[in-house]
Amino acid sequence: MTSPDVRAIVFDAIRRVAPEVDPSSIRTSERLRGQVDLDSMDFLSIVIDVHEKLKVEIPESDYGRLTTIDEIVSYLEARIAATQDAR
Amino acid sequence: MPSLGADMEFGTLVQWRVKPGDRVRRGDVVAEVETQKGVFEIDIREDAVIGELKVAEGARVKVGAPLASLLTTAGAAERATPTIPTPAISPEAVSPVSAPAALPSPERLRVSPLARKVASELGIDLTGVVGTGEGGVITRDDVERSTVRGAGITSEAHVPGTTPAPPTPSEGPAPMAGMRQAIAAAVSRSKREIPHYYLTRDIELGTAMSWLHSANASRPITDRILPAALLLKGVALALTKFPQLNGFHVAGEFRPSADIHLGVAIAIRDGGLIAPAILTADRLPLADFMRSLSDLVRRARSGGLRASEMTDPTVTVTNLGDDGVQTVLAVITPPQVAVVGFGAITERPWAEHGLIGVRPVVTASLAADHRASDGRIGSQFLAELSRLLGTPEAL
Repeated sequence: MTSPDVRAIVFDAIRRVAPEVDPSSIRTSERLRGQVDLDSMDFLSIVIDVHEKLKVEIPESDYGRLTTIDEIVSYLEARIAATQDAR
Repeated sequence: MPSLGADMEFGTLVQWRVKPGDRVRRGDVVAEVETQKGVFEIDIREDAVIGELKVAEGARVKVGAPLASLLTTAGAAERATPTIPTPAISPEAVSPVSAPAALPSPERLRVSPLARKVASELGIDLTGVVGTGEGGVITRDDVERSTVRGAGITSEAHVPGTTPAPPTPSEGPAPMAGMRQAIAAAVSRSKREIPHYYLTRDIELGTAMSWLHSANASRPITDRILPAALLLKGVALALTKFPQLNGFHVAGEFRPSADIHLGVAIAIRDGGLIAPAILTADRLPLADFMRSLSDLVRRARSGGLRASEMTDPTVTVTNLGDDGVQTVLAVITPPQVAVVGFGAITERPWAEHGLIGVRPVVTASLAADHRASDGRIGSQFLAELSRLLGTPEAL
């Protein structure tokens, strides 16, 4: 799976909980929570959505590393790569 | 037309989900209704057969007016539902995107000056208020009672001198303005009528958070439990021992509720607030409680809340921790008698057994109606909440 796909899936998950947000207005290297009105329930919904689409596990202990879109995308790509290596 | 909040006067019947002759069971959704706070599903309170539909789709209907008649399952007696009597019913057909629906031009209203002042402060439309004073004069009591029954406020209502809200709920900024007015009416009434007292207590969550982290580590992502669910379930369980905080203050007296229907204050994305209930919250196992909570938040924001969830909350919890606030002293939703608030769970220095450590701590608050309970009851409630959160496996 290539990076644009992962990125699209992440944006899709964000749009699902925050339909009012214009994705092009989000700066991907800055904290997501400061730009989009998300609470912990929204964040959990995004994690669940991404998990279901990409079939990767996202342990709760890793939530702290997932503050920007860039971080989320590279984290997910690393998890996908690790899963494929294991096969 | 059920009242879906202390502040509702009219609802627009958006869609029927049943037709005459349909057999329905308690809890089935029979219709969808739009109010200032969005679209709600009307669930029925008993098993029955639908008799006659008395209201057309698109009609704007006063709270208390019958929507349909029900045949009991025996099929014999026919009676109207709901049973609240109401004066003139004038459902007017409004197409969802049409021009403002004109209210029938009222006869000259007879209103006491004080009633007019109070109505103006609350943004209440007096044409919807029934006068009980001499010669049918609308009194201050009538106005205030109208906020209790949910009659009186319309999306057209406005304080003179301000911009009136656009009246059609499904257009542009109207729902927001309507919701703002609904909130304004409820909190104004609360602060005018309810003698609040406030208590706060810091609750150490070291045990609870470690328990939660290890429980979540062994759960699939879809079954993970948020700390908020733990706090809210703790409130529901603690309330079982303090009936003085759970129920309604109506007609000058406090009526405790046998069930605990936990109202959860949920922020709406574009602004505003809604507090539907997790029904019988104290009896749900934690995993079910979490599912109910996330389902409730989702439906509060995207539609599909049930009438029973809006009418039944016996107490409310507000959790503002996500933005880092430490203490929330909340406003009670009338006719409820208590609201519990939580700030952020943060690491703080915590002294215990002569040692200082760093622990996760939350500040819990209680705002309660002093007519129904005293500070000692409130402080015992917070102590019980603290004790319960110290034994998370029992939640």
